[in-house]
Amino acid sequence: MKKYMSLLRMRFISGIQYRSAALAGIVTQYVWGFMLILGFKAFYDADASAFPMSFDALVSYIWLNQAFLAMFMPWITDTDILESIRDGSVAYELCRPVQLYPMWFYKSMANRLSRAVLRCFPIIIAALFLPRPFKLLAPSDFGALSAFLLSLFIGFLLVVAFGMITYIITFYTLSSNGIRIVIIGTVEFFAGSIIPLPFFPENIRKIVELLPFASMQNVALRIYSGDIIGIEIIFRIVLQLFWFIAIYLIGNYLMRKAMRHVVIQGG
Amino acid sequence: MIQVEHISKTFKVSRRSAGFLEAFKALFHREYECVKALDDISFNIDEGEMVGYIGPNGAGKSSTIKVLSGILTPDSGSCHINGRIPWKERTAHVKDIGVVFGQRSQLWWDVPVVDSFLLLRDIYKIPDKLYQNNLDELVNLLDIEQIIRTPTRQLSLGQRMRCEIAASLLHSPKILFLDEPTIGLDAVSKIAVRDFILELNRNHKTTVILTTHDMQDIEYLTKRIILIGKGKILMDGSLENIRKEYTDTKRLTIDFIGEDIQLVEGMKFILQEKNHGVIDIDSKMLTVSDAISILSSQVKLNDISVTGPSVDEVVAQLYQKYHI
Repeated sequence: MKKYMSLLRMRFISGIQYRSAALAGIVTQYVWGFMLILGFKAFYDADASAFPMSFDALVSYIWLNQAFLAMFMPWITDTDILESIRDGSVAYELCRPVQLYPMWFYKSMANRLSRAVLRCFPIIIAALFLPRPFKLLAPSDFGALSAFLLSLFIGFLLVVAFGMITYIITFYTLSSNGIRIVIIGTVEFFAGSIIPLPFFPENIRKIVELLPFASMQNVALRIYSGDIIGIEIIFRIVLQLFWFIAIYLIGNYLMRKAMRHVVIQGG
Repeated sequence: MIQVEHISKTFKVSRRSAGFLEAFKALFHREYECVKALDDISFNIDEGEMVGYIGPNGAGKSSTIKVLSGILTPDSGSCHINGRIPWKERTAHVKDIGVVFGQRSQLWWDVPVVDSFLLLRDIYKIPDKLYQNNLDELVNLLDIEQIIRTPTRQLSLGQRMRCEIAASLLHSPKILFLDEPTIGLDAVSKIAVRDFILELNRNHKTTVILTTHDMQDIEYLTKRIILIGKGKILMDGSLENIRKEYTDTKRLTIDFIGEDIQLVEGMKFILQEKNHGVIDIDSKMLTVSDAISILSSQVKLNDISVTGPSVDEVVAQLYQKYHI
């Protein structure tokens, strides 16, 4: 366990070296969040009753989505890992007395965390002090807050496990470009980061909410904003846990299979 | 310690001719060719041996190293290192080996080298005391005390390579694989690296397998060489024997005072200038001392040196002989 924690720490330290990238990220996400909220406000001003979420809940959803972007976005891939497969430096990692899957799992966790930690606080703090209706509201009670944090954590693990599958496929395709575009498009849409899932048509929504993508940030953000409450919270978190374990096991299986006929590129 | 028996590995390589049309065709139909990277390779290496593994580019050197370090599974054949099969018991096996790939880096790019070392300490579960001892020794011998506190991205190639070697030895491996460790290094760094490897082998009885294109590395470090070409082992023997077997010429470089020199059969001018000359002697026809007495009977010799052919020339001859 210690070796993985060291690895996590190391990747984290490397990740927080880039301060100007973080600053640029904060500004982008702040502006983007505002744009989304203003867009939705125009619709709500026309007819608020036509929408499935209250405007306050939607605003909280958008701010948190922006704040934790680095933890959940499918387009954040660990370029170190992809490069190492492509040019063969993965050879060094295979010379270590460590299984590749957990090693990369912790690495990409740290990669996302290091980005998120630098960015989430400025966005959250700024959003908390905005005037209504643009303000990020505090969660309704302590229970909702802890359920939010738990769900956020499981969702995060699920995103990382899902990303692992991209890396493993790269062992076969060598270039990650094609597979990434497919995955990014699919995940972003079905995870509710383009429009929140409650906005989907009823019948489609019922199916989409059972897919693994809906167990990413969707659950946590909606628990926070009070859109998911009571017994449904437990049901959703169990579903998240189920998907995480399933994807984790599938990833491990695929990795073992890939290892058997992996070819290290380059001389 | 290392037993390799009849190892073979074939790679599928896609080939196509240049051009747009060909590239378009390759979208629908790809032609593959099977390339035998390793073809029935066998050898044994004892504990504490230093072996030079040589051959032209694409001969299968790196593939062999990859098999030995457990990251490539051969199609057939067996390999036992310390009683383990590398690719079957990878994680147990790699604890005993250190690997340096001269063309890749194992150090983290953005952080000081010593941070990478600490991570390796945790990954290999090196006890604190052993780690400290090894680190002190390596830092001392490789002269990297200042360097290891610098981020990797700011190191020169020579500095980085010394750190790479240190990183591969922190866990006191019994076997060290060096895949072109001196590639691209300047003379000083090369010598530092070579001296260190010699020292390591002497003090710790570390088994070293070295692949390189730099024949001075081989000459300086190894007694035994294995020559591989087109995936086959062509020769396995001591450097001295090979040198004797493949070279019949000695080279004399002389400074002299006097007029023309008349050479006898078996001697040939490579360079002839006023008061200076380079002469090759065919040692099957006459000995060096005979040649010298012939020369000194004709002119006054001021300076004379006798050299054998360089290892580079020997190897070039070997490559020629085996058509590789």
